[in-house]
Amino acid sequence: MKSTSALLLLALLVSGCTGAQSILNAEGHAAIELKELILWIICVCAVVWLLVMIALVSALVRQRDPDGGAISERKAAVAISGAVGATVLVITGLTITSFYTTRALSEASPAELTIDVTAQQWWWQFTYVDANPTRAFVTANELHIPVGKVARLRLKSSDVIHSFWVPSLAGKRDLIAGRENMLTLRAERPGIYRGQCAEFCGLQHSHMALFVIAEAQADYERWAERQRGVGAEPTEAEAVAGKAVFMAKQCAACHTIRGTKASGTTGPDLTHVGSRRTIAAGLLEITRGSLAAWIADPQTLKPGNNMPLVPLTGDELRQLAAYMESLR
Amino acid sequence: MMPGKVLNVSVAHLSATVLLFSLLVGLSALIGLERQPRQFRTDPPVAAALNQLRLMPSGIGGAPPEIYFALDRPYEASAYDLSQGKRLYSWFGCASCHGDGRGGAGPSLLDGWWSYGPSVVAIAASIRDGRPRGMPAFHNRMTTDQIWQLAGYVKTIGAYSASLAAPSRNDDKHTRPAENRAPAAILFHEDLPAQPRSEQGPPP
Repeated sequence: MKSTSALLLLALLVSGCTGAQSILNAEGHAAIELKELILWIICVCAVVWLLVMIALVSALVRQRDPDGGAISERKAAVAISGAVGATVLVITGLTITSFYTTRALSEASPAELTIDVTAQQWWWQFTYVDANPTRAFVTANELHIPVGKVARLRLKSSDVIHSFWVPSLAGKRDLIAGRENMLTLRAERPGIYRGQCAEFCGLQHSHMALFVIAEAQADYERWAERQRGVGAEPTEAEAVAGKAVFMAKQCAACHTIRGTKASGTTGPDLTHVGSRRTIAAGLLEITRGSLAAWIADPQTLKPGNNMPLVPLTGDELRQLAAYMESLR
Repeated sequence: MMPGKVLNVSVAHLSATVLLFSLLVGLSALIGLERQPRQFRTDPPVAAALNQLRLMPSGIGGAPPEIYFALDRPYEASAYDLSQGKRLYSWFGCASCHGDGRGGAGPSLLDGWWSYGPSVVAIAASIRDGRPRGMPAFHNRMTTDQIWQLAGYVKTIGAYSASLAAPSRNDDKHTRPAENRAPAAILFHEDLPAQPRSEQGPPP
């Protein structure tokens, strides 16, 4: 029984090391710097702790002078000044290391791309800024960046305070309504990195995840080119009907599908929703079934979110899900 | 004079006060735990029933559907629904015509003059079906639940009496008194009769 609970506790602790969303699985420039700093601090502190323990234990086991002779003033002075000197040395050393790490976090090289991140209850909007406005595009909850390139994120919030945190790539940075914060990302290896809002922002704070997908430059370019395009025209009969449902119902008032007359801006841009991995900020993997489930009853899957329950017939629901899936 | 007895009495007083104080603290903590329940999901049959607005033949004034009373007038009394209404007020662009509630291209919502009556059902009908002279219909843009949330909120903007339920605070600068502080009564003198504005047309 005891060993079972110990095992369970161990499993719980070790589950933090799976790497899905862990600072120990550092793959970004800033995250690697931070990980090295914290490992260095842990090592130094471990040595200090060990030395203090040795000193304490040796003081306990040491045979006292049976004559009760007082310690000489000189000996005490040496011990105390030695300890103070060591403390000052260690703290100064850690401060300097910390300073240099912090300085290394900010990228010296100019950013290759700029992305506006707008956090809102409870999802992320990403606007890929371009000098040519026709090449700018908007997506949600999934950020693609080229490996080894510096991406500059301009962080904003449209309601409460949120915090952008992708532990494998960089430290946290708050998104505050009415001001703009900056964060640079540079992934050293391709991969899919999970991120999460790290500042309690209301009821569905825990369901406010995002994915950063770092890929080779060519793959990134291909993805971006596709995202710039308008929403795919459905071919399947069910999806064609779904498009008509989307335009006739309340959907189009809040969501944009570029290339159609749906141009609402309060909900996520759905132009290429079928190409994303998850729906509702990491809540469900995107399949035709999960899309239908989400549209049918968003308030049961993610209570309190701002997508209303739009009454639909079974047929309309199937058609709408088919259309959403076809928007790749 | 017996100092010992005096001391005993004051100790008894003190402990009684402490006991009473901690009881009060405990009681208020208990009350503080009580939270207004939030209704996030309106069952489709309830929403359908809420959509049965009973208007007067003239379209001015009317009675809310029976279910509105069965639900205990949720959209006027629940802080959550009022907050959502406030969100919808900005999301659906009400401010582009009605401003912060004092009007602009559209009529004011807090000068005490309601072209179609001050009842919440008339406001809901105005939002759902639109009105002549520029008010668009929102029934194909908002769900029934949202229309009621917005109607409940609009009613608080023009309130002449203070309300216990309040929506969340403004993120931007306040340009008129907060919704639960009877903005209409604060902004306009109650003893002066409200003057209909020319663009509102003749009184019905």
